[in-house]
Amino acid sequence: MRIVVAVKYVPDIHADRGFEGGRVVRRPDEGTLNELDENALEAALRLVEQLPEDERATSEVVAVTVAGPDADAAVKKAFQLGVDRGVRVSDDAVAGSDYFGTARVLAAAVRRLADEAPVDLVVTGMAALDGLGSVVPALLSAELGLPQLTLAGALELVGEPGARAARVTRELDGVDEVLEAPLPAVVSVTDHANDPRFPNFKLIMAARTKQVEAWSLAELGVDPAEVGDAGARTRVLDASPRPPRPEVEIVVDKGEGGRALAEYLIRNDLV
Amino acid sequence: MTGTTAAAPTGNRTVLVLLDTPGTELRSPVLELLTLARGIGRVEAVALEAPSLDVLAQLGTYGVETVRQAELSDDGHGVGGDVAHLTPVVAEALAAAANASGADVVLLTSSFPNKEAAARLAFLTGAGLVIDASGVTVAEDGEAAGRVVADKRVFAGAWDVRSAVSTDLAVLTLRANSVAPEPVAEAVATDVVGFVVTLTPAATAAKVVTRTVHETSGAGRPALGEAAVVVTGGRGTNGDFGPVLELADALGAAVGATRDAVYEGWHDQFVGQTGVTVAPRLYIGAGVSGAPHHRGGMQASQVVVAVNNDPECPLFEISDFAVVGDLADVLPQAAQAIREHRDAQA
Repeated sequence: MRIVVAVKYVPDIHADRGFEGGRVVRRPDEGTLNELDENALEAALRLVEQLPEDERATSEVVAVTVAGPDADAAVKKAFQLGVDRGVRVSDDAVAGSDYFGTARVLAAAVRRLADEAPVDLVVTGMAALDGLGSVVPALLSAELGLPQLTLAGALELVGEPGARAARVTRELDGVDEVLEAPLPAVVSVTDHANDPRFPNFKLIMAARTKQVEAWSLAELGVDPAEVGDAGARTRVLDASPRPPRPEVEIVVDKGEGGRALAEYLIRNDLV
Repeated sequence: MTGTTAAAPTGNRTVLVLLDTPGTELRSPVLELLTLARGIGRVEAVALEAPSLDVLAQLGTYGVETVRQAELSDDGHGVGGDVAHLTPVVAEALAAAANASGADVVLLTSSFPNKEAAARLAFLTGAGLVIDASGVTVAEDGEAAGRVVADKRVFAGAWDVRSAVSTDLAVLTLRANSVAPEPVAEAVATDVVGFVVTLTPAATAAKVVTRTVHETSGAGRPALGEAAVVVTGGRGTNGDFGPVLELADALGAAVGATRDAVYEGWHDQFVGQTGVTVAPRLYIGAGVSGAPHHRGGMQASQVVVAVNNDPECPLFEISDFAVVGDLADVLPQAAQAIREHRDAQA
C-alpha cells in the first residue's frame, strides 16, 4: 500500500497576515504544518498500521508539499509522526498559485511517484487553515482522474488485497453519507476523523536522518505558464485591512447585566 | 458590499444559479444569489431534480423565467436520486447548463459540497473561481472594466479583498447573509426546460452506499449557516444549553456551539473554521472563550456580543458589547427583557 499525503506549510493561526502587491505575505519564521493535515497523516499511518504484516512491510507513506524551502518544517513534522518519505516541489514559478495551480503541481508529483510504483491512495486534510477554500482535494481528484471521497469523518479499506476500495462516512449539513470508491482514490479527512498522534523520541530521532527531496517543475513536466501568477484565473484588485472594531463596551453584572444586554440590542435596532 | 439598487452594466450576460433544494422550498441563501444575480445579468436557475410548485412560485417572484432541469444519463440510462448529489455529477450538470445557456457567471451557495462542485466546474470549463465571496458585481470602469469582480473577507474577517475574474466564465460561491433577499416588483411566469447531461464514468466513480437526511437539533429554529442572529454556547455553559436556547428563541436566532461543546455532546453543530462559518448581523457568544478556531468561523459577524464570567475572556477583544457575569443569570434576564420589549411593541 502506497499512500501520498498532501501537506501544507501555513502561517501560525495567531500570526498576522496581510497582502502586498496582490499576494499574501506571511512571516516565514512563524509557519507550521497545517493542523488539519495532521489528521490526514494520522489517517494514512493508521491505514498502513492496520494492514497484515507482509503488506505493511512493503507499504510507504509519502508527504508532498508545494512551497518554498521554509516548508521543509512541515515535511519534517510529518517525518516525526512516522511518514517514510517527504517531497517538496519548489519553483519560483509556483509562487502566487491559485487553487488550480496548486492542484496541478500536486497531481504532477503524485503521478511521478506513481511512475516509480503504484499509488493506492492520496489523502489530504479538509482545508488549509490559511486559505480555507477546501477545494484542492476535489481539484486533485479531477486532475488525477481518480474518484473523490472528501470530508470523511471516518475512513476504512474494504475488500481483499488487489481489489480494495476506500469507504468513507461523512456528515454534512444534516446529511449522513457513506461513499465508496475503488482504489486508487483521493480522500480528504476532517478533524473529526481521528486524534493525531504526538511524535515520540524514537520517531524524532529517526526523522533526523530523513532528507526532504526537492523537485522542480521541470522534473515534473509542468509548464510554468500554467501555474503561479502566470496561470492564475483571478487577480487581486484591492486588499485592505478592515478597520478595527470600536472599543468594547463592558458591563459587569451586578444583577442588571441581562437587562443591559437587552437594552444594548434594542438601542442598536438588533431585536 | 454592493446593493441590488446599484446600477451595474448588465449587458447581455447570463447568470446561472444552482438551486440547492429545488424539490421542496428555496432557502434564503439561494434567494440571496437570485437577488445578486439580477445585478449582473439575465438570471436562469439550474436544478438537478424536478422543481416543486412552491419553488416555481418563488422563482417567479424573484424574476426568474427559466429553470433548467438536468436529465442525468449514465451510459445511456437515466439516473437520479442519490447520484444527483455527487459533487462531480453536479459539476458536469452545471457545465452542460453553462454550455447550453451560454452562461457568463455561475453562482452557488457556499456549502462544502457546493465549493467542490464549483471547483470541478471551473476545472471542466477553465473558468475562474472565487470561493466564499460576500458580493459580486461587474466592474464598470478601471483596469478590470467589464470583468466579474468579487468581494471576499479573508484571514478570519481581518481583510477585505476585491478580485477580478480574468476568464470569460466566472464561477463563484457566496456566503450566506451577503445581501438581503429581494423579490422583483412584478412576478413572472417560470418555465422548466430540460437538458440532458451525459455523465462521464469519472463522475460516478465514487458510489453512494447510503444517504440519509436527519433533523438537526436546530429544527424549528433558523439554520445556523444562514441566520441573521446566532446565539452560541461554549464550555462556560457547563453543559446546560437552556439559557442559550431561551435567549435564542426570544431573538428568533439560530443556536450554535463551540467545537468543545459539540465534542462534549451538548449540541450538534459548531461554529468554527472547520465547522459552520457564520457571518450574521448579530452574534452572541455565551461562555465562549474565543479560541482562534472559533473566531475564524464567526469573526465576520457584524455585531459581536459576549457574555462570560471571565473578564479576561479573549472573545471580549473582538466584541462590541460584553457582559462580565454568569450566563445562567444574564441570558434569561436578557430574554425576559426582550420578550417584554416585543410585547410592548405588539
